[in-house]
Amino acid sequence: METQQVKINVNGADYLVKAGQSVLEACRSVGVEIPFFCYHPNLKVAGSCRMCLVTIGLPARDRATGEMLKKSDGSPEIAFMPKPAIACGTNVAENMHIITDSDAVKSCRESVLEFLLLNHPLDCPICDKAGECKLQEYANRYGAGESRYIESKNVKPKKVEVAGKIILDSERCIECSRCIRFCNEFIGKSVFGFTKRGSKTEIAVYGDDNDSNYLLNVVDGCPVGALTEKAFRFKMRTWFLKTAKSICAESSAGVNTRVWSRGDRIYRITPRRNDAVNDVFMSDSGRYMHERFRPENRLKIPRIDSSPCDLSYAVDRAVEISKLGGLAIVANGWQTLEEQFMIAALARECSAKVHMASHVAEDDGKLVSADRTPNMRGAFVTGLISEYPEPALDALAREIRAGGVKTVLCFREDLKALGLDSKDFKSANVIYCGALENRTSESAKICIPLRSEFEKDGLWINRQFRVQKFERAVNPPADSVDEIELLSALMRKIANESFKTPTVREVRELMASRIAVLKDCADVGDSGVLIDSSEFAGVKFPEEAALHFEPSK
Amino acid sequence: MAIVVERKSLSLLERTYLPQIASGLWITLKNFFKPKVTLQYPDQRPVLPDGYRGAPTLVKDSFGREKCVSCQLCEFVCPSKAIKVTPGEIDPSGEYAFIEKAPRDFEIDMLRCIYCGLCEDACPEKAIVLQKEFSINADSRAKFVRHKEELYALGGVLPDKIMKWKKVRDTAELEGGR
Repeated sequence: METQQVKINVNGADYLVKAGQSVLEACRSVGVEIPFFCYHPNLKVAGSCRMCLVTIGLPARDRATGEMLKKSDGSPEIAFMPKPAIACGTNVAENMHIITDSDAVKSCRESVLEFLLLNHPLDCPICDKAGECKLQEYANRYGAGESRYIESKNVKPKKVEVAGKIILDSERCIECSRCIRFCNEFIGKSVFGFTKRGSKTEIAVYGDDNDSNYLLNVVDGCPVGALTEKAFRFKMRTWFLKTAKSICAESSAGVNTRVWSRGDRIYRITPRRNDAVNDVFMSDSGRYMHERFRPENRLKIPRIDSSPCDLSYAVDRAVEISKLGGLAIVANGWQTLEEQFMIAALARECSAKVHMASHVAEDDGKLVSADRTPNMRGAFVTGLISEYPEPALDALAREIRAGGVKTVLCFREDLKALGLDSKDFKSANVIYCGALENRTSESAKICIPLRSEFEKDGLWINRQFRVQKFERAVNPPADSVDEIELLSALMRKIANESFKTPTVREVRELMASRIAVLKDCADVGDSGVLIDSSEFAGVKFPEEAALHFEPSK
Repeated sequence: MAIVVERKSLSLLERTYLPQIASGLWITLKNFFKPKVTLQYPDQRPVLPDGYRGAPTLVKDSFGREKCVSCQLCEFVCPSKAIKVTPGEIDPSGEYAFIEKAPRDFEIDMLRCIYCGLCEDACPEKAIVLQKEFSINADSRAKFVRHKEELYALGGVLPDKIMKWKKVRDTAELEGGR
C-alpha cells in the first residue's frame, strides 16, 4: 500500500510528508526541530509539557458558502489559530501551515521553561542526568537565561528508592508522565502515578511489588534527572563516557544497545533505537551483561597443564594436538558470524565434527527470548549445524567414550556442565578457548584466553534472521587472542597453507561471496539486514511471539 | 633573493675597545652603590601577589563542610589531565547527607599540573582554589600525586558567602523535612 502524503508548509517552505503523523514528527522529518519533553514516539501522547507549542493554520473557508477563500494572487487564505497548539497532539492535514520560529512561539517556549525551572533544584553538578538532560539542553537553547523567581522552591521527596534499582528525586521531576505511560503501556502494570495538585504535583510509587525486568527503561525515558539508575548513581559524568554501538548478548532478541565506557571500564549499557527490533527499550538484565567479564572472572593468561605459558607457545601446542586427528569442535551461539564461518572452514579442512549446545530458558514475550544465545541462527547460516541443538553434549560424550574423538577444541562452553565428566577429560585432550574461567578451564589441557563480545567487532543474527553488527567498546586484555587470529593460525598449520590473518571485514566480504543468503551482509548498517530464512523453515526454534517477532509455523 | 646587509667598518677608537670597557665598568660601578635586588632563595622567600596561581587545593567552608560535590568539571576542563576525581555518595547518616554527593577520592598529579587555574574557574562550588605554594618536592612519582586528605589539609577554610545548601536545608526544615 502506498502511503498517503500531504502537503504542509513549515515556516514558509512547502514539504510533502506522510499523512496521519503528528506535526512534531512531520517537522522533524523535514529537519525542523521542535523541542518536547513529554512526547515519546513509542508511547501515547499526553500533551502535558506544552514545550512543543507552535502556531498552526489551515486554509480558510467562507462561513456562509463553505468555499475556500483565496488571496488576490490566487493562493489560499490561511486562517491561523489565535492561540498556539501542541505539535505532538495535532496531526498534519493538507495545506496545513506551521510556524515554529515566530516571536510568539519563542516566547511560549521561554515561558514554559520558566515555569518548569521555577521549582527545579538546579543541582546539575550532582545530577547524573547532566550532559544528556533535555531540560538542560532546552534551557540553554530556548530559555531566558536567568530566573525571576526569588521565593523558596518547593520541597518534595528526594532519594526515594524504587524496586531497589531506581532513585527517584521528585524535585527534579517536570511531570511529563513518560514513566507512568511506559509502565502502563509497555510493562502493563501501574508503578508510578501523580499525587497532589498544581506545583506540588509529584510522582508517587504504588506499593512495594513493582519490580519488572523492564523498569529501568523509565530512566532512559525520563527527560530530566528525576529517575536515575542506582547502579550508575554517582559513578561517572556522562560526558566522560565514550559510546560504542553494540548488540545485547542476553538472548536471540538482538536488542540494539549502546555501551558507555571510559578507559576500558564499562559503566553502563543503554538501549539504542531500532524500530524493527527493540524500538528504544531493553531488559534490565541485559544492562548488566558486562559484569560477567569482570577481571576476577576472566581467563587471564594462557595455560598448559595448569601452568602459565606464553600465548604463542600455547597456540602452537594447540595446533600440534589438533593435528593428531580425531578432532571435535564445540562452537557456541555467542561467537560472531565471522568466527562461525571460520570454524566451519576449519571443520571441513580437518573433517572434524562441530557440536553445539542450546541454552534455552523462559521467553518473556518481549525482549528476552527463549534462546539465551545471541547468534544460534548464525550457526545454521554458516552451516555448522542443521538441527536445533540439544541442551547437553551427549553426542560428543558418546564419541569420546567410543574412542573416536581424541581432541576437543572447545569455545566458551563449560563441557562439565554439558554432560562430560572428568574421565572424558582424561581420554581426550581438551583445548579450552574462552574469555572466562569455568570448570572446563580448570581441568583443560590447554587454555587460551579469548576476547569478550565487548572487545571485538562482529555480526550476529537475531531471532528475526536479521544480521546486526556490533562494535568494539573497550580494549581487550593484553594476553588475549582474537578468535579469528587463533582460527587462522590453526588453519595455517593444519591445512599447511600460508595466508595472512584476515581482518573482520575481509572475512565478512568472503562470507558474503560464499554464502548466498548473506550476499547483502558485507556492509551491514546500523539497523541490520533481514536475510532470507526460508531455508531454515523446518528448524524448530524455541522462541515465542514477542515484540516485532512472529515465529514461523 | 638574499639581502646583503652592508657592515660598517669599525673606527680606530672602536677597534681599541677602550670606550666599551670604560662604559662597562661605569655600569658596574653604578650598581655597586644601588640597593640589592637579589633574593637569597631559599633562605629568603618572595612576597607573592594576591591572585598568584600556585598549587591547587581543596577548601572547606566555615562550617567545616567539604565544598566539593565531585561534579568533575575540573577534571573535564584540566588541559593537562592532572585531576582525577572518584565520585562517591555522602554517608546518609551524616549531617550533610542532603547534599548527596562528595568525592571519595580526589587526586591531583602535581607533575602534570601546569597551574593554569582553569579548575578554579570551572568549579561551580568554589571548592578548588589555587594557593601560593609554588615549590613542590617529593622523592617519588607517587608522592607527587596529592590525594583528598592532603588537598584539604593544604587548602584550609574559605568562607562561603552564598551558602545555597543552607537555604535548601532551611526551606526543607520549614516545610517539614524531606
